[in-house]
Amino acid sequence: MSASVHDVVLTARGLGKTYAQPVLGEVSLELRAGEVLALTGENGAGKSTLSKLFSGLETPTAGHMLYRGQAYAPVSRSEAERLGVRMVMQELNLLPTLTVAENLFLDNLPSRFGWISQKRLRQMAVDAMAQVGLEAIDPDTPVGELGIGHQQMVEIARNLIGDCHVLIFDEPTAMLTAREVELLFTQIERLRARGVAIVYISHRLEELQRVAQRIVVLRDGRLVCDEPIQRYSSAELVNLMVGRELGEHIDLGRRSIGGPLLRVDKLSRGEKVREVSFEVRAGEIFGISGLIGAGRTELLRLIYGADRADSGSIALGQPPLPVTIDSPKSAVSAGIALITEDRKGEGLLLSQSISANIALGNLGAVSRAGVLDRGAERELAERQIQAMRIRSAGADQVVGELSGGNQQKVVIGRWLERDCQVLLFDEPTRGIDVGAKFDIYGLLAELARQGKALVVVSSDLRELMLICDRIAVLSAGRLIDTFERDHWTQDQLLAAAFAGYQKRDALLHPAAPRMDA
Amino acid sequence: MKTTPLENQSAAPARRSGTYLGLGTYLGLAGALLAMIVLFSMLSSHFWSYSTFSTLANQIPDLMVLAVGMTFVLIIGGIDLSVGSVLALAASTVSVAILGWGWSIVPAALLGMAVAALAGSVTGVVTVAWRIPSFIVSLGVLEMARGLAYQFTDSRTAYIGDAYAWFSNPIAFGISPAFIIALLVIVIAHLVLTRTIFGRYLIGIGTNEEAVRLAGIDPRPYKVLVFALMGLLAGLAALFQVSRLEAADPNAGSGLELQVIAAVVIGGTSLMGGRGSVISTFFGVLIISVLAAGLAQIGASEPTKRIITGAVIVIAVVLDTYRSRRAARRN
Repeated sequence: MSASVHDVVLTARGLGKTYAQPVLGEVSLELRAGEVLALTGENGAGKSTLSKLFSGLETPTAGHMLYRGQAYAPVSRSEAERLGVRMVMQELNLLPTLTVAENLFLDNLPSRFGWISQKRLRQMAVDAMAQVGLEAIDPDTPVGELGIGHQQMVEIARNLIGDCHVLIFDEPTAMLTAREVELLFTQIERLRARGVAIVYISHRLEELQRVAQRIVVLRDGRLVCDEPIQRYSSAELVNLMVGRELGEHIDLGRRSIGGPLLRVDKLSRGEKVREVSFEVRAGEIFGISGLIGAGRTELLRLIYGADRADSGSIALGQPPLPVTIDSPKSAVSAGIALITEDRKGEGLLLSQSISANIALGNLGAVSRAGVLDRGAERELAERQIQAMRIRSAGADQVVGELSGGNQQKVVIGRWLERDCQVLLFDEPTRGIDVGAKFDIYGLLAELARQGKALVVVSSDLRELMLICDRIAVLSAGRLIDTFERDHWTQDQLLAAAFAGYQKRDALLHPAAPRMDA
Repeated sequence: MKTTPLENQSAAPARRSGTYLGLGTYLGLAGALLAMIVLFSMLSSHFWSYSTFSTLANQIPDLMVLAVGMTFVLIIGGIDLSVGSVLALAASTVSVAILGWGWSIVPAALLGMAVAALAGSVTGVVTVAWRIPSFIVSLGVLEMARGLAYQFTDSRTAYIGDAYAWFSNPIAFGISPAFIIALLVIVIAHLVLTRTIFGRYLIGIGTNEEAVRLAGIDPRPYKVLVFALMGLLAGLAALFQVSRLEAADPNAGSGLELQVIAAVVIGGTSLMGGRGSVISTFFGVLIISVLAAGLAQIGASEPTKRIITGAVIVIAVVLDTYRSRRAARRN
């Protein structure tokens, strides 16, 4: 490595990216050799977009970059990699059936007349793995047999082959165990000492504080902080990420909360969901918070019958009576709706029209003896387009062409046509712009006002604190605690989210842990 | 006040739902068909004649009904390779019922169709229950059905006589009852696909089965039904063939599945599921059949016929893919 520590390796000036809407604007920053930069911010703040601009996966629509003193405008990932800017993606790009060595050198296998030179390949692989301190792994092991942590090391080793001056990690610890995280941090420290400029994207504050020297916070596509990380306490960092002061309110109108409408009793499935019990009342918005992987989505899927529960029961109605839910079909006929997190993969027929999508769950209502009444179907779609303010070219427009917010409204609109008492929302505002978010909050409040019971899962704590009457916190599959409006603080909610991953005694006293400043 | 309805101008709705492939597709298919007819008429003085037409009308009902069933199967993202064997199985069943048990023709015909529908249901149930690709399940059923057909007929062609011949004999203008039935099947299937809840579910399942399931609809019975329907239509095709040949041949329909799939795909139905049209499939059947008849007329040898037919299939699919990609880019 020629660069000495703290030389600027990569400079961004006024970088911006606009798709349909601006997602990143006027970002200027410097990456320095031998420094770990923590890049953080809420979901949708623009972290991924920024790292994609660095690594050539996207091209900026404004601003420019300098890399080692030269203009830098990569048009592809391979161009960026050739120059030495590399990225370890959240999803590993490894072929599980090939060996470690084959994966490492897939694009450049040593060969003679097309026959792979096994000996040379082996030696090259051993050298590459030594760079990440994993000489112990046999390069002939199929990658699929390694744990996720070691797979990630293979991915990192692959990125270190050839020149590497900038290495970007996108949420690298999402799937790792504590020991694997340690392994990763050791390697990051080694790379840093070698003079690599590292960008570390994560929400996990304690990790950022451990591994990074400088912190950059993005909020709504803008850079709001670029400072040495030790200047901030955990609480200050949370505030920086979340931005707006707590206690912010939106007026969602008044509503009255009635008796219990949904009762979940000791619902369990494997390690993911463990004996979760709660009650939701008519007219209530019940939030479920927790870290990624805490079992939130899995819990909703169990209630909806999309997955089978190992044990536990569900009761529904006023008063709640036991119901058997073994499939989405039985959930829907019992009056439960699920708006999934992955609306493209699980919610919508992307290549079909708005009207076909809205009518999908309600074809009985727009048909006679199995024959569709297209006029009625259209009417239904147009009614929802109006009511939900779906911006479109008309009921015949293909859903895949709509923006995220409007797609979400189509999914919700489908359920509004059916009279569901209980609506389960999984990340209802993910990937949606701010304006549409507030439309959806208003809609949730309106549904609650009609006496429905709403369960809302969200990774955005601020969102839950804004709209919910109560918030339950899941951690490692368990429901740690339930907080009432006006009786919660962000610190308490965060502490509960971590509680399940700490020692057993912390579990028994969920109120005890504090966020140390 | 004079205001231009700006909203209407911007709202050029791209109607591309799964059952409608666009006027362009229909015009393209009709144009290709017309071009082939003109070409063969120029190459052979006998092509443009009543006898060509009546031969075609006599032969295509089998392919028409099979292709309709296959259109449904492809729309849900499946494939059924067993149709040729199931056809032979149904024909053999009919022969056993008539020759072996002395049944009369109507119950024998019904039994044949029931057996075919059962074979289709087996493919459907196994595919759905164990979530196995229908490709491999139907490959197994292909072998089993063919084996049963040999067993029923002792591996010999069973002569049934002209009991069913009226089915294939022209009643007017070279058109037989079989052809009329096949046309009816096409019209009904088109209406089912475009106008009924069942049809809409099939498109939905082919587009995104998980989304359909999470919308509170159990996709499994519909999928089984599609394979059962495919079997039933193979049974109907078997009756057409028995009436034409006046015999049940246990070797009948071997390799037919490829011809059927080719016709459906030429029509523009997607092998990935979610997109297809029965009307387009009808055009695909006509194109394949006119091509075969025309090549025979101009005296092409069997190898030449196969080479040209194969090339046409590939070109048709390449053109369709090119067209739909371009349409996708425009949006």
